[in-house]
Amino acid sequence: MNIAQSIIEALESLNANRLRSGLTMLGIIIGVGAVIAMLSVGQGAQSSITGAISGIGTNLLFVTSGNRTQDVRNPRPLTMEDAQAMADPLVSPDVEAVAPNIQGSAEVSVANGKQTTNSITGVTPNFFAMQNYTVTEGAFITQDQVFGQASVVVIGPGIADKLFGRHDGVVGETIRLNGQPFRVIGITASKGGGSFGSQDSNIYVPISTAQARLIHRASVNEVDLIYVQAISAEAVTPATDEVTQVLRQRHHTPIGIDDFTIFSQKDILSIATTVTGVFTIFIGGIAGISLLVGGIGIMNIMLVSVTERTREIGLRKALGARKRDILVQFLTESSLLSLFGGVIGIGLGWALAVLVGRIATASGNPFSPTVNLSSILLATLFSAAVGLFFGIYPANRAAGLEPVEALRYE
Amino acid sequence: MGDPVIVARNLTKIYKMGDQEVCALCGVTLQIERGEVVAIMGPSGSGKSTMMNILGCLDLPTSGEYSLDGEEVSELKDDQLADIRNRKVGFVFQSFNLLNRTTALANVELPLRYAGITTGKRQQALDALEAVGLKERVMHRPTELSGGQQQRVAIARALVNNPAIIMADEPTGNLDSKVGKEIMALLLELNRTKGTTLIIITHDPTVAAQTHRIIHLRDGLIEDV
Repeated sequence: MNIAQSIIEALESLNANRLRSGLTMLGIIIGVGAVIAMLSVGQGAQSSITGAISGIGTNLLFVTSGNRTQDVRNPRPLTMEDAQAMADPLVSPDVEAVAPNIQGSAEVSVANGKQTTNSITGVTPNFFAMQNYTVTEGAFITQDQVFGQASVVVIGPGIADKLFGRHDGVVGETIRLNGQPFRVIGITASKGGGSFGSQDSNIYVPISTAQARLIHRASVNEVDLIYVQAISAEAVTPATDEVTQVLRQRHHTPIGIDDFTIFSQKDILSIATTVTGVFTIFIGGIAGISLLVGGIGIMNIMLVSVTERTREIGLRKALGARKRDILVQFLTESSLLSLFGGVIGIGLGWALAVLVGRIATASGNPFSPTVNLSSILLATLFSAAVGLFFGIYPANRAAGLEPVEALRYE
Repeated sequence: MGDPVIVARNLTKIYKMGDQEVCALCGVTLQIERGEVVAIMGPSGSGKSTMMNILGCLDLPTSGEYSLDGEEVSELKDDQLADIRNRKVGFVFQSFNLLNRTTALANVELPLRYAGITTGKRQQALDALEAVGLKERVMHRPTELSGGQQQRVAIARALVNNPAIIMADEPTGNLDSKVGKEIMALLLELNRTKGTTLIIITHDPTVAAQTHRIIHLRDGLIEDV
């Protein structure tokens, strides 16, 4: 018997029991659909997160206080002076620019009565250049405004929409942060949603103003985060060393462990990739369990089918079918069953992934699930393998039947 | 005469029922010539079915020698037996045993598939169906055919490989007497025109009366009449 004939015969027999075949396939459809949907959503999430991280530039370093891997007693906070010292071109020639940053939240209100709580970020002028911000109108915060602790804000288009119902012609308006009036001097261009929340709803104030009047820390010159831009992507490693030297000296820790942490974009990227990868495998694994259950369903139905068709098997053997012929017949049936289930499941999973993408877009986090060829191939092969694997036992039982016994079976 | 298709010497088949050994065939020696029509009769429990299973190569004897169409069968493995059944034996069963989900034609083609024949299969099957007088019904499914027609399909299926013997197990048992007569007439006609050796297992004396020779079995032994 050649393969084409086995397939035709298997189709005939599956067709003879349409409802049963359909229900058996349903297990595989759901299993494969879940796996495909989960993998593609996971991959979509991963690419959107890594895309957002890549967008922040390959030559950026992030310096924070404290040590993430070892226990440090009384880590010193980072200060404005630390940031200034890092920027010294004589000490750290590989550092292009330094932007200290302080983050907090404040009550935001406007004259029209709208009120909300929003995060606010205290920044220096070079922050905008470093983060590739542009303004749609107005201007960024200037060095003078930082020196003068000016009451000015640059706001994102998202928050502008929320407060004023529009994001043009807002420059010159006044908003209140914790009740204190601030003049809007610029609107940033939309950057789209990031995976860490939308960057379009940020409110930026001069860092000195934030330290003095909005975000209270133990000392007034304390900062949360220092962005360091290396002169090139290759200079990230020497820049890291220079910044480390500066901070160790300033924090009086010439020996012993660092009381600060320097991340590069690469570090964050690899952490994010690991996390989302683990996450994808985890949910894919859970989806895989349903595929396993579907496979057991196939085995169950094939066993019923073998019992039901004992006489047929006996007859086939009487007509000269060898063990192998019967084996191939039943294996073909179970493999086809799960292969069809797999193909339909791919469609279902794809539809589900698209649906998740739509929902995410509608709720303001644009995100495109990626159904790629490898996950389709994986699911197809896996489902056929499930059919084959779970078909082996029933098919073996069928092939091992004694012709005399099988023919006598009622 | 003098061209035996079946030569069996001292065939025994012993079944174990718990501790007891029961002999279903207790040393049967027989010879059937090519082109003969033989009826095997006997009361139930006489070993008829066991005899048919062994002569039809569905089962192996516990001891004894059996050669079918010149090939020694009693020592063969399962797959070799399947091959012998495919090439040398055609079965006709009391309950037809057709596959209901496929056409008459596909049913008749089935032995050819297992023989590994790929070309001319359809024509061979059509010829066999024509020989049993079902030329116009080849694309019908068994459920759309009468009992007599179904048995004709089964006979065509038994014929299609040009086997050395056709084993018919109560071929008229599920048919009314008129149709039964037609089926017997068909089998005998095939014997006359094609020279097919026929072994018919039956209870029915009128069926047995139409054969060349009757073998009576009782308690696992051939009874001389």
